[in-house]
Amino acid sequence: MVCGEQRRICQGCSIGGRSLSRRSLTNDGPDVISVLGAAYYLHWGVVRISLGNLTVIGAMLVLFVLAVVLPFPRVKAADVREPVEPAPDLPANSDKNWTARLRHRLSRAVPSGQILPDRQPVYVASWIYVFGVLSLAGFVVVVATGTILAVEGATWWHTSATGHFVNSTHLWSVELFFAVMVIHLWGKFFMAAWRGRRGLTWVTGMIAFFGSIGTAFTGYLSQSNFDSQWISTQAKDGLNGSGVGAFFNVLNGSQMLLWHVTLLPFLVGVLVILHVILIRRHGVVPPIGASLAVTDAPGDPVDGDQVDGDQVDAHELIAHELIADELIADRVSS
Amino acid sequence: MTTQSKRAGDGTADSHAFPTRPYDLVKEFAIALAAMVLLTAILAAVFSSPDDKAITLQSWARATPNDVVATAAAELAGTSGTAGYGPPYNSAGQGQNIGPLHLQRWAGVQIPIHAANDLVIAPLRSLSADTVVAAALSAWDSASSDQQQTWASNYSDALSAATDGNPTAVAAGEYGPVPVLANGELTLALNGALEGLLASQSTFYANDTTKPLLLLADGSYLTDQARAQSLGGDQWGMMNETGNYPGQPWLWGYTLWYQVSPFSTSGNADALIWGLMALISLALILLPWIPGLRKIPHVLGVHRLIWRGAHAAKPSSQRDAHSSRRNE
Repeated sequence: MVCGEQRRICQGCSIGGRSLSRRSLTNDGPDVISVLGAAYYLHWGVVRISLGNLTVIGAMLVLFVLAVVLPFPRVKAADVREPVEPAPDLPANSDKNWTARLRHRLSRAVPSGQILPDRQPVYVASWIYVFGVLSLAGFVVVVATGTILAVEGATWWHTSATGHFVNSTHLWSVELFFAVMVIHLWGKFFMAAWRGRRGLTWVTGMIAFFGSIGTAFTGYLSQSNFDSQWISTQAKDGLNGSGVGAFFNVLNGSQMLLWHVTLLPFLVGVLVILHVILIRRHGVVPPIGASLAVTDAPGDPVDGDQVDGDQVDAHELIAHELIADELIADRVSS
Repeated sequence: MTTQSKRAGDGTADSHAFPTRPYDLVKEFAIALAAMVLLTAILAAVFSSPDDKAITLQSWARATPNDVVATAAAELAGTSGTAGYGPPYNSAGQGQNIGPLHLQRWAGVQIPIHAANDLVIAPLRSLSADTVVAAALSAWDSASSDQQQTWASNYSDALSAATDGNPTAVAAGEYGPVPVLANGELTLALNGALEGLLASQSTFYANDTTKPLLLLADGSYLTDQARAQSLGGDQWGMMNETGNYPGQPWLWGYTLWYQVSPFSTSGNADALIWGLMALISLALILLPWIPGLRKIPHVLGVHRLIWRGAHAAKPSSQRDAHSSRRNE
C-alpha cells in the first residue's frame, strides 16, 4: 500500500506548532512508504511516533471533533413526548422463596421499559453518543474474529492465507474497538458522565477499558512471532518489578494464551454487561447545565460544590422543563 | 412528583424525567455492527497484518554464533541478565523497589531458574554421545562453584576482549571446560535442538517458553533486531509495531515515562513507572469521587458543544414559551 513519498509526509507534519524538518524523519528504507515495508517515524523532542500510530491517533482526534461539532438530525415537535411515570416495582411474592426474591431483584435492576428503550431523552442529540454503541459493536467483532482464530489454533494464521486474513480482521477490529472506545471515553469525560449516581457506571467502563488493554497485551504475547518474543522479554521487567510477574509470567506463551482467550475476555465481557445495565438503569446523564447544587448524599459522586453560572436560573425550574424548552426551541422543525 | 425527587444527591436531574424523542436502539446497534464489520474487513483486506517470524535459537546461532557462545559463557559465569536477575527467577539480585516497597522481592522466587544449570548444563547433558562435551561436563561437575565461576568469568572476559567476540581469537587462559561447554551450546542451537531441550526439560509438552526466551533475551541479537525496528524501550517501543502498522497507541501514557527523567536514568524505572501507572489508573477509575478533578469537565466547557442546544437558549424566556405551548 503506497501512502506517499517521504517529502510529502515531511511537508505535512507538525507537532506542537513546530514543523518537522526532513532531517527529523527517520527513513531506514526506500522512499515509498509501505505498511509492509520500512517503518517511518516522526521525531520531536522526546516524542518518537510511528506513522501508523500517528495516523490512528490523528483519526481519533478528528472523529471526536466531528462528533462534537457536526449537527445531529433534528427531532420533529410531534415526536417529542412528556416523560412517562415509571411503573411501580413488582412486590416480592415471598421473602423465603429464593427464586421470587431473585426475580424481584432482577426486575428492579432496570426501570420498566428501559432495558431496550425505543425513546431517549431529548438531550441525547449528538454524534458523540454513537461511539458507545460502536464500542459495543467493536467488542462483538473482536470476540467473533478471535473465536474464529481460536477454532483453528494459535499457529494457524502463520501457515494459512485464510488464517492470516482472519488474523488481520482480528488486529484491525482491535484497533477500531480501541479507537471508538477511547473516543467514547473522551466524550463521557467531557460530559462528566459520572454525575447523578453514575459513579459505578464510570468505574465499570474504566475497568473494562483497562481490562481491554490487558486483553490486547496478552494477544500481542500470543502471536507466537517476533513481536511476542520482544514484547514479552521487555514487559517482564515491569511486571516483575511490581511483583505481578511472579504469578503472571509473560514469558510463558501458553499461560498468556489462556489469559487472552478465556480469563480476560470473560472479565471484560462481564464488565461490559454490567456497564450497559447500569446505563439502562440510570439513563443517559443529563446536561451539566440542568443540574442543581444541593446537599451532598453520602457515597455519591458530588459535583455540586458550587453553582455554575448557567445553573443560577435553573434553581427555579424543574430540570426537564429547562432542557426540553431549550432543545425544542433549538431543534424542533415545525 | 417533586423536583427534589427527580434529582440525585449531587443535583443531577433524573434522566427518566425528561421529555423523550424516538430512538431505535436495536437498529442503531445493527448499523454500528455492520459498519464495524465492513471497516474491519476493508482494513484487513487492504493492509493485512504484520507477522515477522519468531527468532529461533537456530537462526540466532546461524546469524551471530559468537553471541550464542558469549551468552552461554555469561550464563555459566553468573553474569548474564537472568543469572543476576533476582526474583521471581532466583535470589541473585534484590530486584527493583518503589522506595520502601520491595514488591519484587516480597513476591519471592516463584519461577526458579538457575541460569548455568537450566540454560546451559542441563541441555548439554543430552549430548551424552559427544565424549568431549561429556568430559567437559564431568570436569564442570567435579569443580567447586568458585572454580566454575573463575573459569567462566575468565572466558567471558576473554571473549569480550577478542575481535568480534570470536572464540577462535581468544587468548590462552585458565578457562577449564567452559569453552567446550559454550561451544556445545552453540552446536545444540545450530542443530535446532536447544529450544526443545530448554522448554521441555520436565514435560513432553513444550508449552512453557520461559527458558528459551530468557536465554534469547540474555544475548544481544534479539535486542539488535528490535532496536532496528524502533521497538526499544527508549524508542517508545511499547506502543510501536513492526513496519508501519499501528501498534498499541493506547499505551502512550505508559511509554511516555520511559523517555523522561528521572525514569529514563533510573535503575528502578520499571517498578517506579508501574507504581505511577497504578496510581494514575486508580485516579481515573475513582475520578467521580476526587474533589477538583471531577470538576475539570465543567471548566473545560466541551459539554457546551455537545449539548449546545441546551446551553444556547435563555431559560426564563423558554420557560414562558414552553408554558404557552403547553397551554395550546
